[in-house]
Amino acid sequence: MTRPPTPLPRNPRWRLGTTGLVYLALVLLLVLSAALVAARGGNLFTTANTVDLLTRSSLLGFLAIGQTLVILCRSLDLSVGYVAALSTVIAATTMAGDPSRVLLGVGATLGAAGLIGLVNGLVVTGLRVNPFIATLGMGLVIKGYLDTNFQGPAGAVPAAFQAFGYTRIGVLPVSTLVMLGVAVAAVLFLRRTRTGYHMYAVGGDAEVARLSGIRSWVPTVTAHVLCSVTAGVAGLLLAARFGTGSATVYSGGYELEAIAAVVLGGTYLLGGRGGVAGTVAGVLILATLDTVFNVLAVDPFVKDVLRGVIVIAAVAVYARRGHPARRVRFPSGGTAPPGPGTGTEPGSTSDPGSGSGAGPGPDPDRGPDHGRGPGSAPQPLGGRR
Amino acid sequence: MTPTPTQDVRGPGGSGGSRGPGRVPAALAALGRGGTATVALLLALIFVVIATQNPSFFEGPPLMSFAKKAAPLVILAIGQYLVIVSGEFDLSVGSLVGAQVVIAARLIDGQEAMTLPVVGLMMLFGLAVGLVNGLVTTLLRVPSIITTLGTMLILFGAVRYWTGGAPTGALSESFRVLGRHGIEGVPLLGELPWALVIALVLAVGAVFLMRSPFGRSLVATGDNDVAAAFSGVRVWRVRTMAFVGSSLTATVAAVLIGGYAGVTAQVGDGLEFTAITAVVLGGVVLGGGRGTVVAAVLGALTLEALFTLFNQLYMPSTIQPSVQGLIIIAAVAYAARRGDLRLPERLRRRPDHPTERSLGTSRR
Amino acid sequence: MRVPRVLLAGAAGLTLMLTACTTDTPTDSVEGAGLTPDQEWFDEAEFEAQLAQRDITPEGPEDQPWLQAIEPEWIDTSEFVHDAPEDATLCFSNASVSNPWRVTGFITMEQQVEALKEEGRIGEFRVSDAADDDNQQISDIQAFVDSGDCDVIIISPSTTATLTPAVETACESGVPVVVFDRGVNTDCMVTFIHPIGGYAFGADAAEFLVEELEPGSTVLALRILPGVDVLEHRWAAAQKIFADSELEVLGHEFTEGDGAKIKDLVSQHLQRGEVDGIWMDAGDGAVAALEAFEDAGQPYPVISGEDELSFMRKWKEEDLTAIAPVYSNFQWRTPILAADMILSGEEVPSEWVLPQEPVRQDQLDEYLERNEAMPSLHYAKFGGEDLPGFPEAWTER
Repeated sequence: MTRPPTPLPRNPRWRLGTTGLVYLALVLLLVLSAALVAARGGNLFTTANTVDLLTRSSLLGFLAIGQTLVILCRSLDLSVGYVAALSTVIAATTMAGDPSRVLLGVGATLGAAGLIGLVNGLVVTGLRVNPFIATLGMGLVIKGYLDTNFQGPAGAVPAAFQAFGYTRIGVLPVSTLVMLGVAVAAVLFLRRTRTGYHMYAVGGDAEVARLSGIRSWVPTVTAHVLCSVTAGVAGLLLAARFGTGSATVYSGGYELEAIAAVVLGGTYLLGGRGGVAGTVAGVLILATLDTVFNVLAVDPFVKDVLRGVIVIAAVAVYARRGHPARRVRFPSGGTAPPGPGTGTEPGSTSDPGSGSGAGPGPDPDRGPDHGRGPGSAPQPLGGRR
Repeated sequence: MTPTPTQDVRGPGGSGGSRGPGRVPAALAALGRGGTATVALLLALIFVVIATQNPSFFEGPPLMSFAKKAAPLVILAIGQYLVIVSGEFDLSVGSLVGAQVVIAARLIDGQEAMTLPVVGLMMLFGLAVGLVNGLVTTLLRVPSIITTLGTMLILFGAVRYWTGGAPTGALSESFRVLGRHGIEGVPLLGELPWALVIALVLAVGAVFLMRSPFGRSLVATGDNDVAAAFSGVRVWRVRTMAFVGSSLTATVAAVLIGGYAGVTAQVGDGLEFTAITAVVLGGVVLGGGRGTVVAAVLGALTLEALFTLFNQLYMPSTIQPSVQGLIIIAAVAYAARRGDLRLPERLRRRPDHPTERSLGTSRR
Repeated sequence: MRVPRVLLAGAAGLTLMLTACTTDTPTDSVEGAGLTPDQEWFDEAEFEAQLAQRDITPEGPEDQPWLQAIEPEWIDTSEFVHDAPEDATLCFSNASVSNPWRVTGFITMEQQVEALKEEGRIGEFRVSDAADDDNQQISDIQAFVDSGDCDVIIISPSTTATLTPAVETACESGVPVVVFDRGVNTDCMVTFIHPIGGYAFGADAAEFLVEELEPGSTVLALRILPGVDVLEHRWAAAQKIFADSELEVLGHEFTEGDGAKIKDLVSQHLQRGEVDGIWMDAGDGAVAALEAFEDAGQPYPVISGEDELSFMRKWKEEDLTAIAPVYSNFQWRTPILAADMILSGEEVPSEWVLPQEPVRQDQLDEYLERNEAMPSLHYAKFGGEDLPGFPEAWTER
């Protein structure tokens, strides 16, 4: 077990495969939506609608990018909505409408958010509290703090900082550019840094990662810190758009939406597989849906129904695509014929979702000690038999 | 991996004693034996504090009133346990409870004669939702968090669309009997709530269910679905049944909650998280294969007792979430204190890895 | 190693509870829970102003309260005259229809739109619903502005203050803007429509309890959510009035409007002592609160609810001592009528304060009769009886 884990050669390829599929779904959705809107005599790609679509993606994007990192480590963060709410309040009260305090406000917000992430990460790794409970509990703690101390909008964001929420270059809102920048940074972080590799390793198999000499808490804690920081950025964006801090935005259900975007983007809920590029597509898919519903003035309750159906259907399609002609009862049963194997390229039908397309055969890219024989991929939370 | 004997550690007797202070010594004796012990200890501790604040709490009526309120969550926790122990999640129960109450109010519309047919219909609807959740998760291989998040949205939207945004109609008096009334004139207790009777029956039933071949298959599936499949378990069927069980218990909970307090627009909101928290607080491991149904029931009681405690202490409402958050984290951390394997235990399901196997089995 | 940890955890748990005890003591001392309104949310001048507004006779037709205004300051809107109002597009950014009060109001609004459409006074009515998401609503308003199709933009903000920048953007586009229900921190809109306000609501309820209850009686306050300023105002006013009275406030609880939670909380309070009065910041679940008294075998309290029919019907059935403060639901008609006035260049009040009168015992029968066919989560003062869709639009939804 001295061989360092080499998730990189395998993971990017897998990721590209699924990511390709997600982007394909996004393009299909855009085409379909445009046709549908056109049939009603409208145009989906007016400046207004495009700006609307991109703006919607920024906020969810920040939250989902961070969530991706956490999920890759086989953790979960249900506190992001509360962190974002807390961040709006910290930002607005620190800035107090004074342009010279913008930097201070941003620093304080991200610092506090990072600290919360650190606590989350340490509770999950050090105290071994299930991340679901750890982050839900953290969310409740923050909720209590906000409810006790803020009885309405608080603080003020100077006009200079509101620009973050409203300025745009052509049809591209600045916030979307920043979000894409963060996404690129996250992709580079995952591919180019040691901690980034290790996130895949830990998520793939913490025990093996540990035996391979990775201190498995480092990537997990890092992921939690980064996730909270991106939630903090989301809070900054909200504060910039509101012009004030609003403690009650936690009721927006952001955490589940972010998780949905991540899974929609092809990241495996149990860690180890997936990536930020797919998440961005997942975010864009959800934002497109919202924009189209808005343009078509769909009844708000029907909206929820459609959202539910489409998200399930989309993920079902990935799962299908991943398992052509196999007995569904034992998709990971190990007796299946060898999958696309090592020659798989992004373009070909690679193996998203459960990754169990490949048989139990050894995968030279990974080595047996990597402990994640594709034939044995676990599917607990998202089991699919 | 063979089905584990975990279920047998605590039999129905455990659940029978799960109410009242009689459990305290047992819990203390069991100290240090993992999740169930932790939650039992915590529950005992909370009851002790309540008793010091309000000694009359353990006289019949207040205790029965607590039981009446706690019963729906206990029932939801039993259903959620079935799903979680099989390695899945059910986020749709809160929406389902809300939907069922609204459906009941709209269809019954105050007419006594409609009560039974509508309750029957609700059961069928619950069955259908469970089947959809289960089949989409197993056959279409959609991760259950997405499936049930989807059904949560669908139920939430559809039922509001159907009633024009806010509940209409009214429940009948007979519909409300189960959630609101009980058997009168019981010695010591005063009134024995139907809700408590139903919760007890379901809890005992669940304990027996978990000791049956089906229960073993369920745990085996959550523990390691591949191995379970190899040993002849029809994994998809077992998991689908778990989802059906969860939706049916949610339906029963809806009958009790609707009966207890009538129809409000917010009924059922957020119950999914409370139910999952209850189950996990009981030491049941998300990811499956670990934990007992008794522990899940204790978890539910503990959460309800905690809410009662907050109230008894006149704790300011706004601080309650913070304290609740700290206590559940502390309790789970405490249960995991020698949980050398909290993370790795989820890896046991990979049969091709000898290390994991040994880690998994060493725990037994 | 393990034993100390066990002790540690136990100690930690105990500490938690003990700290909970001690932090709690000051607020729940003899004087009752926090009787001085929080400085942050108590605006004495505004409080006095709202209380005074209750006694001012509003201008406008008496049988159409939605067109009445209290001390209006009329402003000229001739710059917004539309040549062909029958082609005019009204754009409405709605915060949500996530509670029965908003559902009822929105139906009334739609019916008002239908009525004006039939008269050829307005053309299209576009709605976007933000599902209580402030950020979404900012996008919605932006989309209306960018589309360039709107002749009037009507906004019902999802949170006070947070939509200020978006409303300002809408104003800057030159389109007349109408804001109603909750406010924003700008006065750039043509008119801001709202009933008297939260202080008056809370005061109506609290004054009734003070009047009806013997000195020394106990009152329990049930609130929906913390942090929503319109609801905080109701409570702040009540705190002010209770503080000047002889009543003992047992505490205040947040219920999220959930019947089960309300019933449980009230039951627990009843286990520990008498509750003579219930003050609510909104009527949701008032019936559940009353049932807790029934189930405990205790006499009904003096109660303040809201003009929601389930509560008013219970009031009649059980012959309660009660009041239904009103947050005038008919205000949902006014923005459409205001838009119509603006498009025809008529004057509108810059701040359009609608009357807000509680339903008292003597009017109970009248309002119950008028709403006989309506569902139980309907609001008595919805003010849509003269619209063409009445009553089917509200009953058959």
